[in-house]
Amino acid sequence: MSEIIKVGMADLKTCIKPDGVTTLGLGSCVGVAIRDPNTGIGGLVHVMLPDSTAIKNSNLNIAKFADTGIVELVRQMEALGANKSRMVAKIAGGAAMFASSRPDIVQVGQRNVEATIAVLNQLKIPILAKDVGLNYGRTVIFYPETGDYVIRAVGKPETVI
Amino acid sequence: MGSVNLDEVSEKYNDVLKEIGNIGAGNAMTALSQMLQTKVDMKVPQVKLVELSEVGTLMGGEEQIMAAVFLGVEGDITGSMMFMVEKASAKHLIKKVMMGMAPESDDFTDMELSALKEVGNIITGAYLNSLSTLTNLKIYPTPPDLQVDMAGAILSVPAIMFGLNGDKLLLIQSQFFDEIQIDGFFVLIPDLESYAKILSSLGIPVDLEGE
Repeated sequence: MSEIIKVGMADLKTCIKPDGVTTLGLGSCVGVAIRDPNTGIGGLVHVMLPDSTAIKNSNLNIAKFADTGIVELVRQMEALGANKSRMVAKIAGGAAMFASSRPDIVQVGQRNVEATIAVLNQLKIPILAKDVGLNYGRTVIFYPETGDYVIRAVGKPETVI
Repeated sequence: MGSVNLDEVSEKYNDVLKEIGNIGAGNAMTALSQMLQTKVDMKVPQVKLVELSEVGTLMGGEEQIMAAVFLGVEGDITGSMMFMVEKASAKHLIKKVMMGMAPESDDFTDMELSALKEVGNIITGAYLNSLSTLTNLKIYPTPPDLQVDMAGAILSVPAIMFGLNGDKLLLIQSQFFDEIQIDGFFVLIPDLESYAKILSSLGIPVDLEGE
């Protein structure tokens, strides 16, 4: 029996096939799913903010940021036996949930997406698919065995990227 | 600037924030009661400092459908504010405002959404008004935006704003009773400097420069 492991907000989890990872109700955050197809090792990080270095705070939750969170997910997957050179990624989320006069509110999702793409590029992990932006929330489920990234949204048909 | 942690600020001034929340929510309910022209009873609001990872579960799961009104705050303080209710409660409020003219359907029509936005506008306006009176600070709301979506997705916006300065989110849960029990959530998201301004205007000296 396979299990679906839940990832909370500003959180990350790894899994091994046939298990999957999920995060519910992504809004402006980005769900970064990575897998090594050879080993079936995968994981998901729920990124909330683009850049840890922009925050002056000592007790950082590293899963919260694109830069530290993705690097940590890759590290944990490698510890399980995954190979970074084989890793591929899919990303979802980064919505602009509200129209606001404040650009920092409107652009927060987009900035998360941009930072996520930049970090993945830096790590040389190819992005195979993405479903990002727009103005609605997404629940995502990732299966490292097949690479299927299932996306659910309110009032919309389920899609797989 | 020294190390600023909103979690510490919030914990330290919990009583004050609770009181602000209490008065604000009370005023909001009075406004709602006038709008609906019925008596609205409310419980003492709960001020909760919630871990980001637990945010979704608080409202019956991250995928619980909620309606939320979001607006910016300008004037002497800056930030944003949000009021959210669960979908069934939103439907109930709309029905009352539209005096039974709302159709029985699962989705929201444009007219319903506009009515709901107005309810949210009045509730948040009353809340900010009382905060303004209490602190003697000028506080102006910007036009509201309404969103109906999953709780987690909606809460991601205030969570991100709070996440800049800590790992917790400050929520004010206000339970009120019309004909049914309605759980409303207020989230006031002052920018960090405004936090200090609110507290010091209430006569509480604040040191936001850390230890």
